[in-house]
Amino acid sequence: MNGMRYEAPSSIDEASALLAGASGEARVLAGGTDLLVQLRSGMVAPELVVDVKNIEEMMTYSVNDGAYTIGAAVPSAQLHEDADLLGMWTGVVEAMDLVGSTQIQGRASLGGNLCNASPAADSVPAMIAAGAICNVAGPNGRREVPVEDICTGPGQTSLAKGEIVVSISLPKQAPRTGDAYLRFIPRTEMDIAVVGAGVCLSLDDSGTCTDARVSLGAVAPTALLVKECADALIGTKVDDAAMANLDAAARAAASPIDDKRGTVEFRTKVSGVLARRAAAIALERAGS
Amino acid sequence: MAKNHVTTTINGEPVEYLCETQQTLLDVLRDELQLTGSKEGCASGDCGACSVMVDGRLVCSCLVMGVEAEGKSIETIEGMADGDQLHPLQQKFLENAALQCGICTPGFLVAAKALLEKNPDPTETEVRYWLAGNLCRCTGYDKIIRSVLEVAEEAKGA
Ligand SMILES: Cc1cc2nc3c(=O)[nH]c(=O)nc-3n(C[C@H](O)[C@H](O)[C@H](O)COP(=O)(O)OP(=O)(O)OC[C@H]3O[C@@H](n4cnc5c(N)ncnc54)[C@H](O)[C@@H]3O)c2cc1C
Ligand code: FES
Ligand code: FES
Repeated sequence: MNGMRYEAPSSIDEASALLAGASGEARVLAGGTDLLVQLRSGMVAPELVVDVKNIEEMMTYSVNDGAYTIGAAVPSAQLHEDADLLGMWTGVVEAMDLVGSTQIQGRASLGGNLCNASPAADSVPAMIAAGAICNVAGPNGRREVPVEDICTGPGQTSLAKGEIVVSISLPKQAPRTGDAYLRFIPRTEMDIAVVGAGVCLSLDDSGTCTDARVSLGAVAPTALLVKECADALIGTKVDDAAMANLDAAARAAASPIDDKRGTVEFRTKVSGVLARRAAAIALERAGS
Repeated sequence: MAKNHVTTTINGEPVEYLCETQQTLLDVLRDELQLTGSKEGCASGDCGACSVMVDGRLVCSCLVMGVEAEGKSIETIEGMADGDQLHPLQQKFLENAALQCGICTPGFLVAAKALLEKNPDPTETEVRYWLAGNLCRCTGYDKIIRSVLEVAEEAKGA
């Protein structure tokens, strides 16, 4: 970390210009719960760190006609304290709340969880299932990017030099919509997902599923948006037969690694189980 | 490389210091300001021994850069007692022997105080989850959890 520069600009334009103009590696600093660990271990050695927490747009959030725009650096604890947001996007907020301890929650952000690009990041499958869109700003202006298009591999993103995820938009929900995220870990707290599954679904008045998005985490180099899983639910009453198809589609989509935390066989099976269980919770939330 | 000049507030007092960019807030507290109550157990966010409050939020000071304290309000274990008057949590930890080596204790106290300020009447489950990021290698947690619950109980009666 020797010779590392620190800047804390108050506007997106300044932050983006600083990052774009850096001669060596430059990093955004949000909550630092990934970055500080990586700096300490020497995994990364940037020339410049740009702290984005003085940028109001990245540290606040708003709701407009039912759609939320959440500053990418807002700490998770603040999101969890908002009963309206928790009630609306329960799966997304609960997924982010799984990250680390109370202390980590005081700093960890949705933007950091996404841009760190860990295949096991907990909020990412939940955001993908929710249909979340990133508002990205860079030297060439602004663009909107679906969450599933940000990560390209472990530790890799599609963001260009100087680009920052400013905020994350969660769309207005159809009337009977519910979302849920579940992960498997060997303990009950403070562990990394062996498998994660996010489901968001909408029902019509007769209880038929009209729309669904299903995402799996930790079973591929990036979180997956699995269309076949959604297809298993759409047009059904999310009954046992639909759940069995969902389970099979999730197992078919999973292509996990083998490691001490879980074998391929185990992770594949758990993908199906968690997709089903998350769908059952989303269904209940959509119905209520 | 020039050091960073930081102006901040620690335990209600205005403080200025110089720090290297690579120093964490924990490094600054311990090495520059001699506030050695906050401990380094892991330096990776896992143990909670370095817990402090930054602008009212409980965080691991080992995962905060020293330069980030600019303009912030920091509270550490050194600000917990009121002069010679121990905080009820400190008093209860002593009475219940909720510590052995004591390395984890400042972190537990800062974290438990944050909990009771947010949720004055927590259940045992809530206390255990809130403190899940504070590790203790000695006491086995029960005395710690019980102390927090007893302080909450006594505050209700008062
Ligand atoms: C003890 C501990 C437990 C943890 N447990 C979990 C867990 O259970 N589940 C989990 O998913 N994660 C976990 N994490 C990892 C981490 O806390 C999360 O990934 C967190 O959400 C990161 O957010 P942050 O704001 O701290 O990111 P930072 O550390 O500030 O940033 C992470 C990366 O993203 C980049 N970045 C950040 N924000 C932006 C942005 N807006 N635009 C572009 N790039 C950006 C940074 O440059 C950096 O490379 C844990 C970490 C610790 C230390
Ligand atoms: S020293 Fe900070 S969490 Fe262990
Ligand atoms: S008393 Fe020794 S670590 Fe807790």
